[in-house]
Amino acid sequence: MKTIRIGSGAGYSGDRIEPAVELAEKGDIQYLVFECLAERTIAIAQQAKLSDPAKGFDPLLADRMQAVLKICHDKGIKIITNMGAANPAAGAAKIGEIANSLGLKHLKVAAVAGDDVLEALISGPYHIEETGEPVAAMSNKLVSANAYLGIAPIVEALGNGADVVITGRVADPALFLAPLVHEFGWAMDNWDLLGKGTVVGHLLECAGQVTGGYFADPGPKDVANLARLGFPIAEVSEDGAAIITKVAGSGGRVTTATCKEQLLYEIHDPARYLTPDVIADFSKVTVTEAGLDRVSVTGATGHPRPDTLKVSVGYVDGYIGEGQISYAGPNALARGRLALDIVAERLKLTGVDTGEVRFDLVGLDSIHGAQLAAGHGEPYEVRVRVVGRTTTMKEAIRIGNEVETLYTNGPASGGGATKSARQVVAMLSALLPRGEAVPTIQYEEA
Amino acid sequence: MKLRDIAHSRTGDKGDISNISVIAFDPKDYDLIARQVTADRVKAHFTGIVHGDVVRYEIPSLGALNFVMQQALGGGVTRSLALDAHGKCLSSAILELEITKDER
Repeated sequence: MKTIRIGSGAGYSGDRIEPAVELAEKGDIQYLVFECLAERTIAIAQQAKLSDPAKGFDPLLADRMQAVLKICHDKGIKIITNMGAANPAAGAAKIGEIANSLGLKHLKVAAVAGDDVLEALISGPYHIEETGEPVAAMSNKLVSANAYLGIAPIVEALGNGADVVITGRVADPALFLAPLVHEFGWAMDNWDLLGKGTVVGHLLECAGQVTGGYFADPGPKDVANLARLGFPIAEVSEDGAAIITKVAGSGGRVTTATCKEQLLYEIHDPARYLTPDVIADFSKVTVTEAGLDRVSVTGATGHPRPDTLKVSVGYVDGYIGEGQISYAGPNALARGRLALDIVAERLKLTGVDTGEVRFDLVGLDSIHGAQLAAGHGEPYEVRVRVVGRTTTMKEAIRIGNEVETLYTNGPASGGGATKSARQVVAMLSALLPRGEAVPTIQYEEA
Repeated sequence: MKLRDIAHSRTGDKGDISNISVIAFDPKDYDLIARQVTADRVKAHFTGIVHGDVVRYEIPSLGALNFVMQQALGGGVTRSLALDAHGKCLSSAILELEITKDER
């Protein structure tokens, strides 16, 4: 039976680059996929594009392509990535430039767009899923609205001979499902096979998170050589059966435990994992050891795809100001508490209007709160952290300043103050009929 | 014993919703975990952190439970004021739950 090997070269925008090179060189793969688009990334990229029309794609695109493009071209490995972010066409042009500078001939790059649905969303009768508010009512705050596209345009681009496919917002598993559909000729309504392929995509989309990353807990869950973590490879058969593995000799491990953790990562109802292409059903999946760092995944299926597409909506949501300072040694906790009291009073005295504010003691109970932290003893050192939401940048800056002034106005021997203030681009979601997001493909040949 | 003696866990986030998996190291312990780690117990454990409903999904073929917790992330990772805005540390906290061994 025909099998395809797909490598996952990045699990997020800032991910390590050498593991992707290792996959291209030693992975015996036919496809290398880079998933680099977090929920908010595209909104920030949209802002970058507004200030410069040649920007708006992933800031590490050039570095990643410099590292893998020649190897992939020489070996005939096709690259699929959502690093196009808010500007796939400009990303494709950049890849073309890099191909030329590397002297690569006949490299076909496809840019998939059409995910930007801001106009359609504002002008239609749509509402925000989380709040029920009409989208139009918040149109003055909106930065971006991108529909999660499915596999169709990627499959089409591969069919037209693209060597590199660069997209904006598409469902993460679609980046992996598309080459399977292209290679095996799976029907777009074979829900069972699309469900199986989606599970493969879901397991690979966070790269190192299935090969031992985000897993180690010294003692019960040891993982060797995380500094040289190998990224995953899926070996997929025409019938949808898959083996998850990695390059021999690389760091990390692939076990049933690492695969189970990743299978349920960011999953709600395991029987209904919604994607634009299929509702995947993970509820009867089994994983079994099939050799060293080889895990067999079977039992996934799928149900007909949803009628609507999910849209990720970016909007400007005020400002966040933050300040931190440390106290250590005898009585550090009491000094930290005194510091928090002083800052709380100062914010009132100086009229800083914080709709929402946190006074944390990092090292004591800032992550899980007092209930879960109770009974774990007094720390040797604490870090004061005050963070608040404001409607103006000026007030956000005041918060950090009120922590910093603890140096000369606060408890004894506070050190290492830091401060920051930033505008917040937050994300909500909406649902849009499929017809409102029409994918487009633009080709570029180097 | 603690849940961490027989299970491992991973947290994921989507908007203001956190999901935590609880996976038995040994599939034989799944029934024990399923009996003792209920949605109500998890909600009580995360009082002050999780403000919405907690729904439990069972995946016996993996020896795993999946808890989906609403209003758990201070409005969601993109606007939360929390130090761990993703709630990634929650998986370690759930493993602190006590499990009664005798019933095994």
